[in-house]
Amino acid sequence: MTKNRIFWAVAAPVAAILNSLLFIYIILKIRGVDPLSMFSLMISYGFDPRNLVSELNQTIAYYLAGVAAAIGFKMLLFNIGIDGQYRMGAFFGAVVGGAVALPPVLHVLLIVITAMIAGGLWAAVAGYLKVRRGVNEVISNIMLNFIAAAVISYLLLPSMLGTLPEGSQTAQTFPIPASGQMPTIKAFDGEIYSFLFVAIFVGIAYWVMLNKTVFGFNLKATGLSFRAARASGVNAPRMIFVTTVLSGAIAGLVGIGTLLSDTHKYSMAFPAGYAFTGLALALLGRNHPVGIFFAAFLWSFLERSAPVLEFEGVPPEIVIVMQGTIVLSIVIAYEVVARINLRQQQRAVGSVSAEAQPIKESN
Amino acid sequence: MSTQSATPNKAEKAKSFFKSPARVTILIAIVFLVVSLVENITGAVDISSPGTSGATLRFAIPLLMAGLGGLWAERAGVINIGLEGMMIVGTWTAAWFGYLHGPWVGLLAAAIFGLLSGLFHAILTVKIGIDQAVSGLAINLIAAGAARYLSGIFFPAVGGDRTISPPVETLPTFTVPVLAPFFQGIDEKNIFLISNVSGLIYGLLTDLSVVTVGLLLFVPLTSWILWRSKFGLRMRFSGENPMAAESLGINVYMTRYIAISVSGMLASLGGAYLALVASSVYREGQTAGRGFIGLATVIFGNWRPGGVFAGSVLFGFTDALRVRQSDSVMAMIMAAGIVAGLLSLYYVLSRKWKPAAVSGGIALFALWMNLRVTNIPQEFITAFPNLATLIVLTFLAQRLTPPAMAGMPYRRGSE
Amino acid sequence: MDNVLDVVGIEKKYPGVIANRDVALTVKAGSIHAIIGENGAGKSTLMKILYGLIRPDAGHIKAFGKDVELKSPQDAIALGIGMVHQHFKLADNATVLENVILGSEPTRMGFIINFDQARKKLVEIAEHYGLEIDPDESLSNLGVGERQRVEIAKVLFRGAKILILDEPTAVLVPQEVEELFSNLRELVKRGLTVLFISHKLDEVLSIADEITIMRQGATVASRTPKSTNKVELAELMVGGELPKPRAGATKSTGESLISIKNASYMRQDGRQVLNNLSLELKGGEILGLAGVEGNGQSELIELIMGLVKPSGGTVEILGLDATKTLTKDIRNAGVAYIPQDRQRDGLLMSAPLWENRVLGHQFASPMANNAWVNKGEAIEDSKRVVSEFDVRTPGINVLASALSGGNQQKFIVGRELSGSPKVILAAQPTRGVDVGAQAIIWDHLMKARSEGAGILLISADLDELFSLSDRIAVIYSGSIVATLDPNKTTPEQLGLAMTGAKSA
Repeated sequence: MTKNRIFWAVAAPVAAILNSLLFIYIILKIRGVDPLSMFSLMISYGFDPRNLVSELNQTIAYYLAGVAAAIGFKMLLFNIGIDGQYRMGAFFGAVVGGAVALPPVLHVLLIVITAMIAGGLWAAVAGYLKVRRGVNEVISNIMLNFIAAAVISYLLLPSMLGTLPEGSQTAQTFPIPASGQMPTIKAFDGEIYSFLFVAIFVGIAYWVMLNKTVFGFNLKATGLSFRAARASGVNAPRMIFVTTVLSGAIAGLVGIGTLLSDTHKYSMAFPAGYAFTGLALALLGRNHPVGIFFAAFLWSFLERSAPVLEFEGVPPEIVIVMQGTIVLSIVIAYEVVARINLRQQQRAVGSVSAEAQPIKESN
Repeated sequence: MSTQSATPNKAEKAKSFFKSPARVTILIAIVFLVVSLVENITGAVDISSPGTSGATLRFAIPLLMAGLGGLWAERAGVINIGLEGMMIVGTWTAAWFGYLHGPWVGLLAAAIFGLLSGLFHAILTVKIGIDQAVSGLAINLIAAGAARYLSGIFFPAVGGDRTISPPVETLPTFTVPVLAPFFQGIDEKNIFLISNVSGLIYGLLTDLSVVTVGLLLFVPLTSWILWRSKFGLRMRFSGENPMAAESLGINVYMTRYIAISVSGMLASLGGAYLALVASSVYREGQTAGRGFIGLATVIFGNWRPGGVFAGSVLFGFTDALRVRQSDSVMAMIMAAGIVAGLLSLYYVLSRKWKPAAVSGGIALFALWMNLRVTNIPQEFITAFPNLATLIVLTFLAQRLTPPAMAGMPYRRGSE
Repeated sequence: MDNVLDVVGIEKKYPGVIANRDVALTVKAGSIHAIIGENGAGKSTLMKILYGLIRPDAGHIKAFGKDVELKSPQDAIALGIGMVHQHFKLADNATVLENVILGSEPTRMGFIINFDQARKKLVEIAEHYGLEIDPDESLSNLGVGERQRVEIAKVLFRGAKILILDEPTAVLVPQEVEELFSNLRELVKRGLTVLFISHKLDEVLSIADEITIMRQGATVASRTPKSTNKVELAELMVGGELPKPRAGATKSTGESLISIKNASYMRQDGRQVLNNLSLELKGGEILGLAGVEGNGQSELIELIMGLVKPSGGTVEILGLDATKTLTKDIRNAGVAYIPQDRQRDGLLMSAPLWENRVLGHQFASPMANNAWVNKGEAIEDSKRVVSEFDVRTPGINVLASALSGGNQQKFIVGRELSGSPKVILAAQPTRGVDVGAQAIIWDHLMKARSEGAGILLISADLDELFSLSDRIAVIYSGSIVATLDPNKTTPEQLGLAMTGAKSA
């Protein structure tokens, strides 16, 4: 990678972040708050070891969501169904984990595999609908997200697969015994989920898949040029389906870190909203395993250090607005750059190609 | 060979589930008959009680507005995933400005800010050309975050807190004179079928908010604009074949700006309804995914205002049932099962095997539910609209007629 | 008779190509004037100029006796020049009436559409000009011929007096062609003028009052049907002399590599693109495929590659049944494909060159090792291709989009010719390539032939076809209408075959 390439690769994300910092700066100024002191307060709070730990733990989940989204993005697929897939994965992982007793490593492995299968299967519904019925995957995934929440909520009832522990109002799955738990790493005065290594492994596997395997090559090719990929022998419908399932399987892992090292059971208290975060992180990290990691950390950092703003009378939700602004700035930046490139190319090639080209189809 | 046919009207052109107005009427009549029967049998009189119909309307209006918002955008070619965010904008601005200057100003504020948020979405997707789904999602996020943020700033000082606004003055309601008491009278007489129907009608005519009536007018208004006005024709073509429109000198970009802005305004008004009529406060999480259900009603209604209305009534009804007694729900399922069974019979007789199988399946499922399940979990009812839409998408994809280019990126000058 | 159109000295240049050169055209009022020519003759460019879509570099246009400048299609229609597009611009989910009036809706109070008035006007126009149209019919119910009538109605509704039709019969079945022609005759009887672009001589001779022939960007002659015949027209279209075929050792091994029998294929929009097509490609030969673009060449290639399935007939390639075999398996069997649209079908523009070397070959070695991409081999071989085919590029890691069109083409050819393919499907292989590179590519193709490969060469460049082919098949309207020997064929023969003339 040449220096030039690296520059352009990070230019857009960096510009986007700076842009939203500016936006927040202005808003804080309007509130009569000194932005710089706020920022430094956030930074010192965020990098405080105890907070760093929970940020890292959250990063694990966000990272997996980002990779899941990125797999889809590489094929121009919008996996907004990550919400439902993650829930399915976490729920069934917890149910299976709480229902059996196996030797330690196997037990964990079973939970992980169950989660991936559950997430993958749920994604397969949307994939099937897209490939066989031409149903827009955004719409079907949105519907599936709601349905997933409803189904799981039902299955959590004590009469079904759940249980209601004493003194608690929330239904949850049966707790996973010790053999199905993953240890934590003591660092910075806190405990980091060892699932972090799994996340890193997923990231590496993602990179290897994309850059070293024929499957990854086909995936990228289909995203870059549907027609060229097809002419080269790629089976497009199958590619779409498999990619959707793969993305769902990774999404299924999003909640497993928390499940295995922290809560050891699933309940509706598990957070929602991973879909948008995943998509945002993939965009911010340019679908690159390292980029997504930084983006995921940034996101967790922002969320964790936001409460500090309250001390100055600034509602911490401003951070949500900041996240939204970052995402918008990024995609606008990408679009603008793409347009400039296109115009340059067109000028260079001239109108000859335009003349000689047959019917233009939309992609 | 040219026919001097009547002016185009919805029913004539509808390629919806049923083929003609006559059939729809008959079907509705059958439904009522069955429901009345079931009520008689099970004693669950709640299904067609005035309370239910009133509640249905209350639940349906926000869905209707979100659905109309989705319709306006998609007819012009853009899928508006940001409806939820625009609804939130509506709830917040209606409550805040309503608190400050009275509910009518609140309503106006919601309309204006909704328009602006729609315009924002339009500029992002049409002019700059970013992906429609990303833009929509970003708007959802920003709206939610901004609502919380601004709530935290403004509300605590005046008696609310960051999740709930101070109460807003209510808007006037009225009961339709003459007609309402008339129907109430019939309802009380408990005559089979007629009383049930009257009860429903009575519920619709009582405690009606002016806003409700006003918002309902958007349905025929949308229909009229889409099929009778110059702008509407151009808007439809922007969604069906923008290249063709462009070739005839139409400014597709401008058309889309307007349509999407209106889309935002409508969704926002739905939110305003939630804050001003259905309740009298802004509450965090008030919208509860209704913006997305709005998208569902567009599909369910086959991209027609009447269909969106029907869909929102159906979904509003299921929503309303949820807060009523559980045996009403069971009775409703029985009724639905019987209707599905009848439909199935009809399809078998006309040799349409696939629809027969689908409705037969529904009938059997309803039967199973009645026999095996004692009460319906809330959760399924919540998910009903989504499930129904998914089923429609899966089995009826061929019969649906979405605008041909909805959701696809379009740049001026592309052939 | 007055002239409705007087066109003089039109010129239009693009980088590397002169699309129109000193074009002159005189169209009389109330006539059907045909413009014929083969690929690249410049007809399309001229039409776009007349219709206001592009501006000429030089020249004058007079319409109805007045000098005009056409800056946009709106200008053209305002002057009464209406274009009936080849690719219909219609919306299915609307009625005929709505499709016709869009953009010129009669209104009440400025925003309500006056459907009654619009319908009345459309019905009047339809009756006046003998067009069968039902204003309230939904467009989705209409067939191709009927849709074309709607397009015609569109321009008539806007007051067009001159209609330009671009290859109108390309999408029609014979019966619809007859209907169209009788409609056109009605229009002309009522005082309209029709400009009709085509390459089908039979049709042109039957419908036109006057015929202008274009070749290589210029108008070469004008005739009336009475004063000429197919043979002369064909000769004028193709040129007086054909290129001399090169002497090359033709060592046809006789082994049949591709065998297509009676293949038919209908596109999704109902158009029958391939019609009982039969073709055979033998080892050790170059089979040239001549024909005007749009007569089924691309679909033929897709059929051979297994990308689409025919509705009838058999397609065999290298012993495989193309209708049942995956494209990747066909490729792996030794089929190379140089696509006509290199940027869309042949390259990943935003990927580096070495990844483009892998494209098309990612399912077998040496580019892949089972499931793994062999990047080292890809890079090495890319370097070989670059040097062997004289590809001017700053490096192997640059994106394909950074190369010029000609260099992209050279790279693609180099890539496809590697690994000694048994069958080479080459569509316009030297388009946009300079003479030197063209010679290199030709040499490689002939070398492949001498090593026993069978090459299907589709080209609009007669020079290329005659230089390389051992046999030339002519495709017209989805079937092979003639197979010619380049040494013995005359321009008339070729021209007649390419334009579908039934007999000389």
